[in-house]
Amino acid sequence: MKTIIVIGNGMVGYKFCEKFVKKTSKENFKVIVFGEEPRPAYDRVHLSAFFKNSDAKALELAPINWYSDNAIELISNQRITDIHRATKTITTVSDKEYSYDYLVLATGSSAFVPPIKGTEKKGVFVYRTIEDLEGMLSYADEIKKKNPNAKAAILGGGLLGLEAGKAVMDMGLEPHIVEFAPKLMPRQLDMRSSQVLQLKLESMGLNIHLSKATNQILGNGSITGMEFGEDDVLDVEMLVISAGIRPRDELAKTCDLEMGVRGGIVVNNKMQTSDPTIFAIGEVALYNQMIYGLVAPGYEMAEVAVDQILGDTTIMSADIDMSTKLKLIGVDVASFGDPFMPASKGHSILFEDKTKSLYKRINVSHDGKKLLGGILVGDASDYNMLHQIFLNGMAIPENPEELILGSRGEGGSSFGSAMDLPDSAQICSCENVTKGDICNPILEGECSSYEDIVSCTKAATGCGGCKPMVVDLVNETLKSLGKEVKETICEHLDYSRQELYGIIKIKQLKNYNEVLDACGKGDGCEICKPLVASIFASLYNDTANKEDVIQDSNDKFLANIQRNGTYSVVPRIPGGEITPEKLIVIGEVGKKYNLYTKITGGQRIDLFGAELNDLPAIWKELIDAGFESGHAYGKSLRTVKSCVGSTWCRYGMDESISFAIELEDRYKGLRSPHKLKGGVSGCIRECAEARGKDFGVIAVEGGWNLYVAGNGGATPKHALLLAEQIDNETCIKYLDRFLMYYIRTAAPLMRTAAWLDKLEGGIEQLKKIVVEDSLNLATELETEMQFLVDAYECEWKQAIESEETKKRFKHFANSDDRDDNLVFVPMREQNMPKHWEN
Amino acid sequence: MEAILEKYKSIAEGDVSVWFKVTTVDEFPEDGGLCIKYKDKQIAVFNFTRKNKWYACQNVCPHKMEMVLSRGMLGDSEGIPKIACPMHKKTFSLETGENLNGDLDAIATYPVKIKDGFVFVGFEE
Ligand code: SRM
Ligand SMILES: Cc1cc2nc3c(=O)[nH]c(=O)nc-3n(C[C@H](O)[C@H](O)[C@H](O)COP(=O)(O)OP(=O)(O)OC[C@H]3O[C@@H](n4cnc5c(N)ncnc54)[C@H](O)[C@@H]3O)c2cc1C
Ligand code: SF4
Ligand code: FES
Repeated sequence: MKTIIVIGNGMVGYKFCEKFVKKTSKENFKVIVFGEEPRPAYDRVHLSAFFKNSDAKALELAPINWYSDNAIELISNQRITDIHRATKTITTVSDKEYSYDYLVLATGSSAFVPPIKGTEKKGVFVYRTIEDLEGMLSYADEIKKKNPNAKAAILGGGLLGLEAGKAVMDMGLEPHIVEFAPKLMPRQLDMRSSQVLQLKLESMGLNIHLSKATNQILGNGSITGMEFGEDDVLDVEMLVISAGIRPRDELAKTCDLEMGVRGGIVVNNKMQTSDPTIFAIGEVALYNQMIYGLVAPGYEMAEVAVDQILGDTTIMSADIDMSTKLKLIGVDVASFGDPFMPASKGHSILFEDKTKSLYKRINVSHDGKKLLGGILVGDASDYNMLHQIFLNGMAIPENPEELILGSRGEGGSSFGSAMDLPDSAQICSCENVTKGDICNPILEGECSSYEDIVSCTKAATGCGGCKPMVVDLVNETLKSLGKEVKETICEHLDYSRQELYGIIKIKQLKNYNEVLDACGKGDGCEICKPLVASIFASLYNDTANKEDVIQDSNDKFLANIQRNGTYSVVPRIPGGEITPEKLIVIGEVGKKYNLYTKITGGQRIDLFGAELNDLPAIWKELIDAGFESGHAYGKSLRTVKSCVGSTWCRYGMDESISFAIELEDRYKGLRSPHKLKGGVSGCIRECAEARGKDFGVIAVEGGWNLYVAGNGGATPKHALLLAEQIDNETCIKYLDRFLMYYIRTAAPLMRTAAWLDKLEGGIEQLKKIVVEDSLNLATELETEMQFLVDAYECEWKQAIESEETKKRFKHFANSDDRDDNLVFVPMREQNMPKHWEN
Repeated sequence: MEAILEKYKSIAEGDVSVWFKVTTVDEFPEDGGLCIKYKDKQIAVFNFTRKNKWYACQNVCPHKMEMVLSRGMLGDSEGIPKIACPMHKKTFSLETGENLNGDLDAIATYPVKIKDGFVFVGFEE
């Protein structure tokens, strides 16, 4: 067995692991990865997204257990300090030694900090890691508190600098971009396009300072300004340096690997350094005497290194494509191929319209047959196509200007669809996926959706720039096969949820096998079974006790399954109102069964850690005391949150508690495509957060305002106004219609907000249907809802009253023993499950 | 943790030396499963009525080592009978034990036979 050590767990180091896992059975190799950063590799390209949500997890390239699941040992937070080539060992910062057979250096680069006096001052940042961003965020908060009009500068007007400028602006600081060169994005743009871009950026609120050499950074401890010439000073309280990168090649010096004059570890086209057992990839590698600060070449290098180690002959392409499209900043900028091309190589065609902030340039060979490069500012929608034409050396129109002007002067572009590209056209450059890789699996029937293609080719998972083209290719190919582009449920049921809902309703199918026999194939699965169960529930209000074997994990045992296989118990507490007597019952049940108790975010109480065997007894005690199931496990109504309203509150305009209880009681047990939550507030101060719910009611002068389709969760959305100043009865009528229409037409696991997003015509259309009854459906929807309301039964009451159902709640069929695998550990004054080991 | 998995090794019908009598057929839900205890082992037994077949496997899911597979959902993937774990829906072939939607270790499977209305699971000792 050979040991491969990878130093650096950044984007390229991770890609090496991923390609490695794909290509080899792991038995022959042991892979150990060292990363200096505290967390596993993340998506640096989309680092700026962190400013929006501070969600580091969302940026992870793979969760931490991916490494162990694939037998890769990841040691984070551990810098390597030395390489000893003679003994083939490396040393970590904590002085541990490891031996290797192959060594892969993927140490990336660090931000280049120019030698200007004062860069060590507080408030000066670079833009490279999550920690950098965290630092910037908290510093920005601090200075904004003292000075709401604080300014911040970015040193460097390149690709990254502009991105940082936008980020700083979004943080609420006045942004200033300071660039040494006389133009923006000097590597990608010519003078005229830079001017167009500058005007556009200034109109968006970014201040641009060109041809500025910074002499020193002013301030006593913390930065207060930048000095350019003698009297030329810019007052700023924060500075982000984005002046280029420097390869992190310090390890090469510890072991005498060949290096470039201006840094970088020299590699050949096999990615080998001057020592053939040591490879260098990504931004630390000097290939063709260049450092490539982009992910796509880094990913190709990772692939070459993997293949070389495994004995294949793959080598790095001779020419590296440096085309780029600026992302995020709210104005399109792209350049491809050779953007500047001298007159000796061809001629350029330019189009400029400063009033519309538009600039387009293409460079065409002297014979007028080939596209050599170009620049797009203001509208880069043709970038993907032009880039493809350039990359694939495709023929261009006789009048090349049509490529940027369209064939009839305006509008219509002169090239056809993505389908015209050759099969070898590289669509996703990050993952090196060609058009053929995307279209062929569809033509051969191996893939049948965008998701399939993404999961089997990884296209569009890098910078994401190619996504529109991938979507087009998938849809066009499906259409060419005569396939309608639609989402089907799974291999057993070739319908959408809405179609299946219709079939089951018309044919009055009543159990799962009938459905499969009538319109499906095979024996079902974990996708279609719960979906059919939810349709039955919506049509007949069947509780989850009927056909428990097709119910989703939680529904099957009428409780949420926990980390260790125990369950949680949530009794319904309508509107959050509860008597002291009932609180005592909950307390006593918790004590008796040794349950962890917590007040939930939904104004009620959750009891965690109940063993399967105990569930019926626990529920019997609760039901005897007058409780019902809270359906915390179901895709059904959860809670209707209330505020105290006019009952107690000095501002209350109406009885919000009473109305919340009435609504919760009406819709309890209502099963739907996803969970449903409601809220009722007594006035516009909105203490019940009603607008964060699927339906929200707020008391106003003259009645209630009804809002629909909001949610919290991963993608928060405020609910939208459906009707104003209505009385209780009208409110319930509209709610019946709205909820029933949603239940009938939504896709599985689609909350109301996402559903409304997709509804053609949006909220205006919904108003027509619900309020004006434009589809003539109102009576039908109300009748269906009334049927469901009348059919309500507490499913826990059903469960404990039937000996047959109670049998489900035993851990062993042949013994009354409990699960002996359960381990609880103490947590403050209660118990929690022992943590998972992997 | 690995110690738990050590206990579970697939057994071929031919190698069975003990047919352990579990309980009656009608205790089992149709197209569903139950967990049974044999010595210190937990075994999930499934009545795949739609296929008219019975299957048995270890109850512990190799993903997070919880004793939950018997509470999962039966189904098939291109004809291969499978069980989906209730925790994170990892699926395993009930014939070979192979993890069908990931690269977890295979689970151990055991032979089942039905005689005179009783369910028997086969073990080596
Ligand atoms: C217990 C509770 C957290 C707490 O300790 O407070 C909770 C716990 C869970 N939430 Fe929640 N959510 C709880 C309030 C919320 C809230 C706040 C609220 O309701 O006001 C939200 C945001 C509001 C919203 O839903 O719009 C919330 C948004 C989610 C989401 C994201 C939904 C979305 O559309 O993005 C999920 C995931 C899902 O449902 O797919 C989720 C899923 C879960 C699950 C069910 C995960 C699971 O499947 O096991 C957790 C079950 C815990 C258990 O075992 O009982 N939980 N969850 C809260 C129970 C409320 C209750 O009384 O029923
Ligand atoms: C804000 C931002 C936006 C970007 N946008 C784009 C874009 O739109 N398109 C594009 O193509 N590229 C973009 N890039 C560039 C892209 O992120 C890099 O090309 C890519 O991350 C390089 O990968 P790498 O693995 O070589 O280096 P890195 O991702 O930097 O990873 C190197 C890792 O090695 C670690 N390391 C270094 N030395 C040691 C040591 N001695 N021991 C242990 N660990 C060590 C470092 O801590 C680091 O985690 C962007 C970069 C930034 C910062
Ligand atoms: S936010 Fe909700 S789903 Fe997430 S961990 Fe907390 S309780 Fe669980
Ligand atoms: S524990 Fe079984 S899938 Fe996670």
